[in-house]
Amino acid sequence: MNRGLFYRRLPSPLHTARAGIGAVWAIALSTAALLLYNPLALATLALALLGAGFGAGVGREIGRALRTALVVALPIVLVNVLVARQGLTVFARLGDLGPFGQGDLTVEALVYGAVIGLKVTVLILVSTLASLAIDPDELLRLLRPLSFRSALTASLATRMLPVLAADAQRLAEAQRTRPEGASARGGRGRVALLSAVLGGSLDRAMDVAATLELRGYAAAKRRAGRLRRPWSRHDLAFAASSIAVVGLALAGRLTGAASFAAYPELHMQLDAATLALCVALLLAVLLPLGDRRGIQP
Amino acid sequence: MSVLVFEHVTYRYPEAEVAALDDVSLDIAPGELCLLAGLSGHGKSTLLRAACGLAPHFHGGRFAGRALVCGLDTREHGPADLGGVVGVLAQDPETQLVMNSVRSELALALESRGHSPAAVARGVEEVALALGIDHLLERSTHDLSGGEKQRVALGAALVGRPRLVLLDEPTSQLDPVAADELIGLLWRLNQEWETTIVLSEHRLERCLAVADRVIALHSGRVAHDGSPRSFLEWSATHAPALQTPGAKLFSLAGISPAPVGVKQARATLRGHGLLPPEQSPARVRAGESERPPNAPSRLHRRPRGVRPWRSAEPDAALAIHGVWHELRHGPAILRGVDLRLAAGESAALMGRNGAGKSTLLRHAAGLLAPTRGRIECGGRVALLLQNPGDYFLHDRAGDELPPDALERAGLGEMAERNPRDLSGGERQRLALAIVTGDGKAPAVVALDEPTRGMDREAKAALASELRHRASQGQAVLVATHDPEFACACAERVVLLADGRVIADGPAAELLTGGWYFATETARILGGAGGALGPEQGAALLRADVGLSPEAPVGAKVTVGTSG
Repeated sequence: MNRGLFYRRLPSPLHTARAGIGAVWAIALSTAALLLYNPLALATLALALLGAGFGAGVGREIGRALRTALVVALPIVLVNVLVARQGLTVFARLGDLGPFGQGDLTVEALVYGAVIGLKVTVLILVSTLASLAIDPDELLRLLRPLSFRSALTASLATRMLPVLAADAQRLAEAQRTRPEGASARGGRGRVALLSAVLGGSLDRAMDVAATLELRGYAAAKRRAGRLRRPWSRHDLAFAASSIAVVGLALAGRLTGAASFAAYPELHMQLDAATLALCVALLLAVLLPLGDRRGIQP
Repeated sequence: MSVLVFEHVTYRYPEAEVAALDDVSLDIAPGELCLLAGLSGHGKSTLLRAACGLAPHFHGGRFAGRALVCGLDTREHGPADLGGVVGVLAQDPETQLVMNSVRSELALALESRGHSPAAVARGVEEVALALGIDHLLERSTHDLSGGEKQRVALGAALVGRPRLVLLDEPTSQLDPVAADELIGLLWRLNQEWETTIVLSEHRLERCLAVADRVIALHSGRVAHDGSPRSFLEWSATHAPALQTPGAKLFSLAGISPAPVGVKQARATLRGHGLLPPEQSPARVRAGESERPPNAPSRLHRRPRGVRPWRSAEPDAALAIHGVWHELRHGPAILRGVDLRLAAGESAALMGRNGAGKSTLLRHAAGLLAPTRGRIECGGRVALLLQNPGDYFLHDRAGDELPPDALERAGLGEMAERNPRDLSGGERQRLALAIVTGDGKAPAVVALDEPTRGMDREAKAALASELRHRASQGQAVLVATHDPEFACACAERVVLLADGRVIADGPAAELLTGGWYFATETARILGGAGGALGPEQGAALLRADVGLSPEAPVGAKVTVGTSG
């Protein structure tokens, strides 16, 4: 079964940090990606996330996510080139496109599309890393004081996703072992297969519902508190990293060190301050992952 | 106060025509380890569901009579209320784990009941230590093996320190090692914590020795309720399908009393002079034997016809040459496996969970491609995977197969039934008929753990079907954990460990020499004469005392019984 996108406890600083701090760190990285437009800063963030993936022991999965992200980013670039009309540097003329006006393709639209694609790439990498390295049970437990059952249901959903994926894989495998002519083919066959998958899921849901009944789900009336847990070195490191990443992104925006404008003409800040900002971002993201003490589960 | 009391309980599932439980009355005292016996569909699981409140609160249906669990009436208290005093462990560990990490799983039941954080942490720690799963606490539930999942599910059932634990065939999906460990664990819980245990199981020989009491159900009614020994006496005449292999061996040989375990059986045979006495430690140290070396027990003769295995036929139905299956960035699941199966030959693939049995079958059927090595087949390989339900696409059995194929599978009368409502054995037969097809017969029929959750009758029917296919020239390859089934359907056993073939030979040789991969008859007789089944064992015992096949051994032997 492909468990590529599901959490597994691995020996890494990010897995060791408490889920709440991991989530804050992911939010900080996403915020930085949304604040920054400078392609170099965004590329630095993407590079840092790739490194973080390897540091968290999920490098291969992050690599796969990068490929997926590029597939998503490419159409964004293409659409922006075709749709945006603000740029001044024309590199291709498609002539009169009727209601769409003149089909002038500009370098600025191309670069701006690439920047948006880079932002999307960073966001995909962040969410992939978070889903792989942050314990959903622990995270959702934080929400239990608000609504015990909703949080539990969400937790259950995260648990059931890989189980249902395995069920679907098993069903597909069973169909492949049918002799020629007896396997589900054509539209009717697909409908029958889909119905079998749904039927299996319902059976599974019934079993899980029975288990939840027995564990007292229906009796969950009082809020269970949480045991106080001392902050570990990794909690502190990722909390500090979160503050640093958001701080650097804000500083880049406010000081102009990471300034970037695509229209009407390209303008990108690229000086010592920009390079320093990029190096600082890289270090802020990667340093917490360098401390390997106490990471074994 | 009794832990579980049923007073004339009758229960019928919604839309069912007959009652699943019919006027059941029983009374289970604190600290009892009680075994539920019975064929599939005769009410064992329903009784457990009624005892934890799932029937009728979760499943619906009509409930009559009264069931009291630790004084709580199940008509007034649902499963959530009863969860404080009852822990439940079902067959499939996959559906019993609802959280992502082991720690969260164990904590859930206590958190749901509003225990304080300190009490939750302590409860989790204690149950993890008690069950020896403390090293799994930070692991993800997705990554656990079947045995580990079952242990964690047991931990989740026990974390609230329930007075009563109900288990529905908890070993059916485990390999022999994990199953024995689980039974040992239950025994320890019962002995040390005085936890009352009600355990439903098909392979009674696994747990009869630790049970205080056996309740046999037939058609939803209590057919027998007594000690393990009285159950064995009753089953010999009233329910032979429930007899353990050891009891059947003794019954066929005319020896009494029927043994509840291997140890007792060997003691009884020793008392009859049919096994050599145990060597005293002093003599063992001195390297002496109580029996002179030139006068071996006749039960220790080498069986006739047992030779190192060699496939006789040159044209193999299946030839696996040095097959490797190496996962990218992962371990090697198969490591240079060589296996040759002739037409009409039947072989059992055995080994613990994760040994590579299922992967090898998938390679044979072409579902996986070897990373190294090659596979040659003399025709189509029909593979029946573990879950027969995965093959059913329609709501009518008649839509799954043409009428004549359904008839050949012995399911002609089931055409209008929903395949998912068929019994375990019927579902297995239907799925087997689907994968083998109604056209040209496959060259190889491969089955992956086909006996999970099956009772003895269904297993015997499946073994007979496989022998029939082998007699028609189809090669049969079965991955199984069940030595009794392996000896019933295969003439050859291939033992896998860590993706390698570590032993390959006649069943009479391989299933007699081990602790785990041996039939009960072989363990009782110490592998003597290559006897695997009760019939062979009884014949050997008769021959040993020089009796005709009809005469009971007890008639000749005058030594008093022991044990």
